[in-house]
Amino acid sequence: MERRRSLPDVLAGAIFILIGGAFVAGALGYELGTPLRMGPGAFPLLVGAIMAALGLAIVVKGLVAGEMISFGPVPWRAVAAIVLALLFFGFTVRGLGFVPASAVTALLATLASTRVRPLAAVAVTAGLTVAGTLIFVVGLQLRIPLLGPWLGF
Amino acid sequence: MELLDNLALGFSTALLAQNILYCFVGVLLGTAVGVLPGIGPTATVAMLLPITFSFEPVTALIMLAGIYYGAQYGGSTTAILINLPGESSAAVTALDGHEMARRGRAGAALATAAVGSFVAGTVATVVLAVAAPPLARVALRFGPAEYFSLVLFGLIVSIALARGTALKALAMIALGVLFGTVGQDIYTGTPRFVFDQRELYGGIDFVSVAVGMFGVAEILRNLEDERTRTAVVSTVKNLWPTREDRRRIVGPILRGTGLGSALGVLPGGGHVLASFTSYAVEKRISKRREEFGHGAIEGVAGPESANNAAAQTSFIPLLTLGLPAHPVMALMVGAFIVHGITPGPNVIIDEPALFWGLIASMWIGNVLLVLLNLPLIGMWVRMLRIPYQVLFPMIILFASIGTYSLGFNAYDVYAIVFFGILGYILIKCGCEPAPLLLGFVLGPLLEENLRRALIISRGDASVFLTRPISAVLLALAAAALVVAVLPAIRRRREVVFAEEE
Repeated sequence: MERRRSLPDVLAGAIFILIGGAFVAGALGYELGTPLRMGPGAFPLLVGAIMAALGLAIVVKGLVAGEMISFGPVPWRAVAAIVLALLFFGFTVRGLGFVPASAVTALLATLASTRVRPLAAVAVTAGLTVAGTLIFVVGLQLRIPLLGPWLGF
Repeated sequence: MELLDNLALGFSTALLAQNILYCFVGVLLGTAVGVLPGIGPTATVAMLLPITFSFEPVTALIMLAGIYYGAQYGGSTTAILINLPGESSAAVTALDGHEMARRGRAGAALATAAVGSFVAGTVATVVLAVAAPPLARVALRFGPAEYFSLVLFGLIVSIALARGTALKALAMIALGVLFGTVGQDIYTGTPRFVFDQRELYGGIDFVSVAVGMFGVAEILRNLEDERTRTAVVSTVKNLWPTREDRRRIVGPILRGTGLGSALGVLPGGGHVLASFTSYAVEKRISKRREEFGHGAIEGVAGPESANNAAAQTSFIPLLTLGLPAHPVMALMVGAFIVHGITPGPNVIIDEPALFWGLIASMWIGNVLLVLLNLPLIGMWVRMLRIPYQVLFPMIILFASIGTYSLGFNAYDVYAIVFFGILGYILIKCGCEPAPLLLGFVLGPLLEENLRRALIISRGDASVFLTRPISAVLLALAAAALVVAVLPAIRRRREVVFAEEE
């Protein structure tokens, strides 16, 4: 066996170091307290430091004897469409109301697939909006107005 | 007899018309979502979880248990019919189950799975009813130091069974624990890591974490390559196993039930261990060893029973110690907390109707599962043909509505995006999401008990080693850690040695 460098390992380790470091930095801004009365910063500091150390170990291992995993392709279109769909829902559900927010979210989500046809996307959107309204608003009595204040209701 | 009184109380709760109804709805929904390709039991429960929050606690938890059984059975169905197990424990079923399906015996395989699950579920429910109360009494004597060590032990053991390297699993646990600290500190009320956003003061909702990590990340993975779709076995006929089959499955079902009941109690994925062990045992003692891997019915009956029995007994650590044994149980903890109940030894005393009602409804859930699935197998097969292009927008939409409805907080929906992307990248790097979820749910417990134990001991950290139960648990945790990391070290040494030659 020869040295195997593993990019995914290094990336994973870097993410752990980064997030661990961020939590450590944040924790230092809070009171650390004493062992008898630990302040709010102590526990995150401890765990953050452990995680950063683990991340470092993963990076080192990834450079010396990494796991052989291929990272594979990234479906950029799907990532963009789904992120937009979720953000849109969170941002507009209060203002636009349940039905318009759901419809746009569903439409954006269907666009994530590269093989979607326009007519099919519209049909799926309509179907899901009706189903969502029936299940959540009619069935589960969810208290979200069907049409929101932004539309003049 | 106390046990009978308790069970009577349980059945009187579980047999209320609305509880049976929602148990049924849960099983139905769980199976319906569980048979969808690429969605395992954890993802199913995570996605359906928000629906249950609008009910009373007992009803909601009964429904959730129903969803879990349904999801598990649905996962076995996809494993048998299209060789696509939703989670690692169903992977064993796929070995022989899918071979049977390819030989036109899908009906027999599905029926065997259903009957095996039912027998296992019945036995394991009794085990749970007998074993839980004494364990809860022991657990009541646990102080903060014992709890801290116990939670740590549970977290460490969970990595031993995760795929991928132990280092990554450990880091994922730590990451989950860290995200669990977001929000107001329990002792001082100081808001931590909230970036001045009032909406984050309550912390990150675990539903967002679960839906993001298991739902969104999984969808993104499936959309990487839209062409790979396995052919579905289209017709299922001859549902009933032949007389020969029936004779052959009795032994495996009973052995699988025993193994599963015992191993399910282990924290950290006992059900996976149970189904693998059962398969290995059946293969070893079988007279027709060469049939295994080519459609041996014993290879379906044993692991399926073991899996289901373990699913049942994994409620024991949850209900007695408040310690989830695997990701689905972590979701159950979240559900308990949403309803204002802290899972643990107190549940059995404070909420006897809930505790025994839940146990009784497990058995009822298993009955419903058989009644539902044998006649409806044809319908589940058709569900397998729902195009993915309809399926994933549905998951996205319903997940955002469900998560938003938890607290009418848009940040919960934004959190799905964050955890979806983070989860997707980490999964692509070979990290498993399950340890993160366990860490997220158990992290606050870990911190609270650590701080409380230190306050009681006047800041003396040796309390964790001087109290015997705590010391034993820590020793076990250390041993588990060594066992989990050891293979990695050995492999590294092999690499080094190979280089020197």
